[in-house]
Amino acid sequence: MSTSEKLLDVQHVTVKFHIGGLLGGTFLTAVNDVSFSLESNKPEIFTLAGESGSGKTTLSRVLLRDLEPTAGRVLFEGRDVSTIRKRSEFIEFMKKVQPVFQNPFETFSPLRRVEAYLFDTANNFKMASNDRDAARVVDDALRNVGLSLDEVRQRYPHELSGGQIQRVSVARALISQPRLILADEPVSMVDASLRMEIVNLFRKLRDEKGVSVLYITHDLATAYYISDRIAIMLRGYIVEMGPVEDVLERPAHPYTQLLKESVPEPAPQKRETWARHIELGATEVKEYGRIGCKFAGRCPKVMDICREADPPNVQVGQQMVKCYLYSERGEKAAAEAQP
Amino acid sequence: MTLLSVRNLRAYYQTEAYGISRTVQAVDGISFDLFPNEIYGVAGESSCGKTTLIKVISGNIKHPLKVLEGSVIYNFNGYQVDMLQISEDELRRNVRWKQISYVMQGSMSVLNPVRKVIKTFEDIVRTHEGITDKKKFLEQTRAHINRLGLPTDVLNAYPHQLSGGMRQRVAIALATVFQPALIIADEPTTALDVVVQRGVLHMIKDIQAMSKNTVLLVTHDMAVHANVTDRMMIMYAGRIAEEAPTESIFNAPLHPYTQHLINSLPMIGEKTTRTSLGGSPPNLANPPGGCRFHPRCPHVMDECRTVVPDLVTVKERHRVACHLFKEDSV
Repeated sequence: MSTSEKLLDVQHVTVKFHIGGLLGGTFLTAVNDVSFSLESNKPEIFTLAGESGSGKTTLSRVLLRDLEPTAGRVLFEGRDVSTIRKRSEFIEFMKKVQPVFQNPFETFSPLRRVEAYLFDTANNFKMASNDRDAARVVDDALRNVGLSLDEVRQRYPHELSGGQIQRVSVARALISQPRLILADEPVSMVDASLRMEIVNLFRKLRDEKGVSVLYITHDLATAYYISDRIAIMLRGYIVEMGPVEDVLERPAHPYTQLLKESVPEPAPQKRETWARHIELGATEVKEYGRIGCKFAGRCPKVMDICREADPPNVQVGQQMVKCYLYSERGEKAAAEAQP
Repeated sequence: MTLLSVRNLRAYYQTEAYGISRTVQAVDGISFDLFPNEIYGVAGESSCGKTTLIKVISGNIKHPLKVLEGSVIYNFNGYQVDMLQISEDELRRNVRWKQISYVMQGSMSVLNPVRKVIKTFEDIVRTHEGITDKKKFLEQTRAHINRLGLPTDVLNAYPHQLSGGMRQRVAIALATVFQPALIIADEPTTALDVVVQRGVLHMIKDIQAMSKNTVLLVTHDMAVHANVTDRMMIMYAGRIAEEAPTESIFNAPLHPYTQHLINSLPMIGEKTTRTSLGGSPPNLANPPGGCRFHPRCPHVMDECRTVVPDLVTVKERHRVACHLFKEDSV
């Protein structure tokens, strides 16, 4: 398949941050050789899941062209986004890729009426030639999220509920008619009784508007609920990737297994697995700097070879797994270890 | 025997500035009991009054929070304390930390960043009990830390050297130095990753099983309640909507709000469409009349709009505040 048929193609992206003084110091690899792609003709919800410090947000900054990757490239509609230099091209890119952020009360200034943001977006992207046109564009976007311009007109952010204001920020992202929405923890600040309305909204956008969504979250339960495919990140690496049913129902990587088991299920009769005791590290483990698999220090199935070199990406069924357990070299090592 | 009995508690925030007065009815007529040797959960959305309730029962009542009526009575093995009458001095000397301790959400803000963990232990023990023998204190602290399954090294570390989960566990260890009868944990794991959250909650459960005391666990995360608590209450807009053993809450919820809350929880392995309630949580400065849930309730009736439903016992240990249920009707 040629790259032009891909909406988003992330190729071996690595981001290193320099930590420490002007001279010396060390590098922290926040995103490490990450590759995945979204098809152009098939809108989907793709989840990037991982714990804090796994590199999810750094990766999303690269995709929004807010940060240059140290290595690798990001192709959007076949074009390397780092070659975008002209302002007009950049606006064209921003039109197609729109973000939705975590805390809607921080996204909007409390001193400005929310509709001002919507009209600004419509005008900046030249979606309308005059005020009446802009009102129509804004109203259309709001109707997609179950609101209308009359409901939000003259309102300040604090006058809307958490669910409503987050829907307004999705509507703002929809104004430019994007092909891809990057949603970074969009529901973690929203109350439980309103959370599903946001999550269902992303489903609706995929099915009815053909918008692809890159959903970034630490919450595996909502990830399972809405996404088609999922990538599990650990310390900058994607350790497992595939259809969400396969990855979360039959996790292959020991880290995904631990993660899934640690998600408390809302069912008191199923307490046993969750209640099984686990070991926690005392100090912040320096997993970033670790050679080999980053999970080796906590993995119940760790082998010597895991500490020597990065595990390979292995195809297991529908899943891509970064683990020696499934590679030939790992099997050989395991066989040697057990005479 | 009850450890704590709260009756008809009404606590409002009352502010007055430039002649404009504003009242927020954060806790409005709450009655419940806590018993020794149980983990009791309080669930509810943000700004439903969870934290205000804890403030009152832990004796942190400061302006603009005012208790209008009700009683909060503790019975620590015969030592009776009326939380609304007790003097600040007695509260500090005999109750706080010794009988009631409080684990807060941000462990980083509890531990002093420029003092080693052991020094924080020292500060607390010195304030509440006094240290006469430094060696004995160190020994006891080490024993306490080990009993909770934490390595002794953490005592000589500064907070920033510890991981987030370990800091939170140190905060719990601090809260349990005097083996209090009641541990109040307010969102103890909300900012933590799931794996770490699991470890921290295991520790709380272990401590409770070991010392047979009472834990009041406040969190908005229903899945945590399902795995940790024995009994729980669901709060909505400053009132108790339902109270029952955790299994009944999840398997046979009665209140329409609880039912919605349980049914909307996404689960791995389940892809059926989950719906959201319409409307939004009410503003407690101007709550709706009658049942506060009525504007969002799918079963709303005429009397819901005007009459406040009583919290009635419908089954053994199962109370619900809804006009759909009358005493012993189920």
